[in-house]
Amino acid sequence: MSGHPAYTEFHPRWYRRQMSTWWWLGKRAYLVFILRELSSVFVAWFVVFGLLMLRAVGQGDGQYQRFLDWAASPWVVVVNVVALLFVLLHAITWFNLAPKAMVVRLRGQRVPGSLVAASQYAGWVVLSAFVIWLLVGAG
Amino acid sequence: MADSITLQVTRYRPEEESEPTIQEYDVPLGRQWSVLDGLNYVKDQIDGTLSFRWSCRMGICGSCGMTVNGEPKLTCGAFLTDYAPGPVRVEPLANFPVIRDLVVEIGDFIRKLPSVQPWIVREEERPVSEGEYLQTPEELDDYQQYSMCINCMLCYAACPVYGLDPEFMGPAAIALAQRYNLDSRDEGSRERLDVLIEHEGIWGCTFVGECTAVCPKGVDPAGAIQRYKLTAATETLKSFLLPRGAR
Ligand code: SF4
Ligand code: FES
Repeated sequence: MSGHPAYTEFHPRWYRRQMSTWWWLGKRAYLVFILRELSSVFVAWFVVFGLLMLRAVGQGDGQYQRFLDWAASPWVVVVNVVALLFVLLHAITWFNLAPKAMVVRLRGQRVPGSLVAASQYAGWVVLSAFVIWLLVGAG
Repeated sequence: MADSITLQVTRYRPEEESEPTIQEYDVPLGRQWSVLDGLNYVKDQIDGTLSFRWSCRMGICGSCGMTVNGEPKLTCGAFLTDYAPGPVRVEPLANFPVIRDLVVEIGDFIRKLPSVQPWIVREEERPVSEGEYLQTPEELDDYQQYSMCINCMLCYAACPVYGLDPEFMGPAAIALAQRYNLDSRDEGSRERLDVLIEHEGIWGCTFVGECTAVCPKGVDPAGAIQRYKLTAATETLKSFLLPRGAR
C-alpha cells in the first residue's frame, strides 16, 4: 500500500465549491460582521480628527477657529455622523463580545454574561454623564 | 394544510456530471416528519440513488448535517412543517468538498482534530491503585458545555473564515481543545496553546459568531475561541514580563 487510498473509482472527482466575493451579502449576520470590521476605519478617523483638533488647540486661537470652521463644513459633519453610527456599532458589538471572552467569578459563582455586559453599559453611561457634566459645567 | 411538500435536492453524480444539479421530489408532509424523514422517503419510495448520511435520527451522531434553505442544520432536527408550504432546498454542507449528492468530505477536520490533543494529557499518570481523578460539580461545569460537541460540522459550514482559508483550525476543534484545557484533570494546555497560537489557530478567527448561532448542541465555539484568545494574550504577556520560574 502506498500513496493515498482510493476509496472509489471517483475519489478524485470531489466537487469543490468556491465562495463568491459577495458571500457577506447572503446573510444578515455576515453583513453585520463586515460592517463591524469596517467600523474600525471610522474609529481610526475619530482618532485622527481628535489629533487634528489637539494640534489646532496647541497652535492658538486663530488655528482653533479655523479648525472649528472646517469641522462645521457639511462634508465633515456628514462624515462625522456616519462615523458616529459606526463607532456606536463597534462599541455595542464589543460590549456584547466581552462576556463571551471573560468568565467572571464572584464567590465561586459564575456571573451571568448579561450582567457582565450590563456593567459595561453602566460604565459607559457614567463616563458619558461625566463628560457631559464637564462640558456643560465648563460652559 | 397541504399533504405534501417539495424537496429541492442537490444531486451530484461524479460519474455522469461535472457539476451539481437540482432535483425535485414531492414527499408527504407528515406532522412530525423531519427533513431527514423526507429524504428517507425519497430513498425508499422514489429514487434509491439519492445519497446522504444519517444514523441516530435524534441529534446525537452528528452525521446528518446539510444546508436546509441556506442554513446549516441537522436534518433529523429540522421539521418539514416549519418549512411549509415549501419548497425546501436541501444542499450539502457548505465549505466541504462534495463526494456525492449530499455527502461531503470532512477528512480535513478529522486530520486537524488530533493536533490539539483532544484527550486528557497528564505529565505523569497516577497509578490505578490511587483511584480515579475526582472532580467537583463546579469543575465539571467549567468544561461540560464544550464536551457536548457531536462533530456535526455545522459550525464549519457556517464559518466564512474557514470557507475562505481552509487552513484555519476551525470552531469545533478549538472548542474541543478548550474542553480539555478547562478540565481540572488535564495538564496539556501548554502543548495545545503552542498549536493554537499559530495564525491558523485562534487568531484566524475574526469573531463572525455564526458557529455559535448554528450549533445544535449549545457548545458556543465562538465564545470558546474568544476566551482562548484572552488566555493566549495573557500567557504571551506573562512570558515577556515574568522570569521563567514564575510562570
Ligand atoms: S461545535 Fe456544535 S456545530 Fe460545531 S461540530 Fe460541535 S456540535 Fe456541531
Ligand atoms: S441522524 Fe444523527 S444527528 Fe441527525
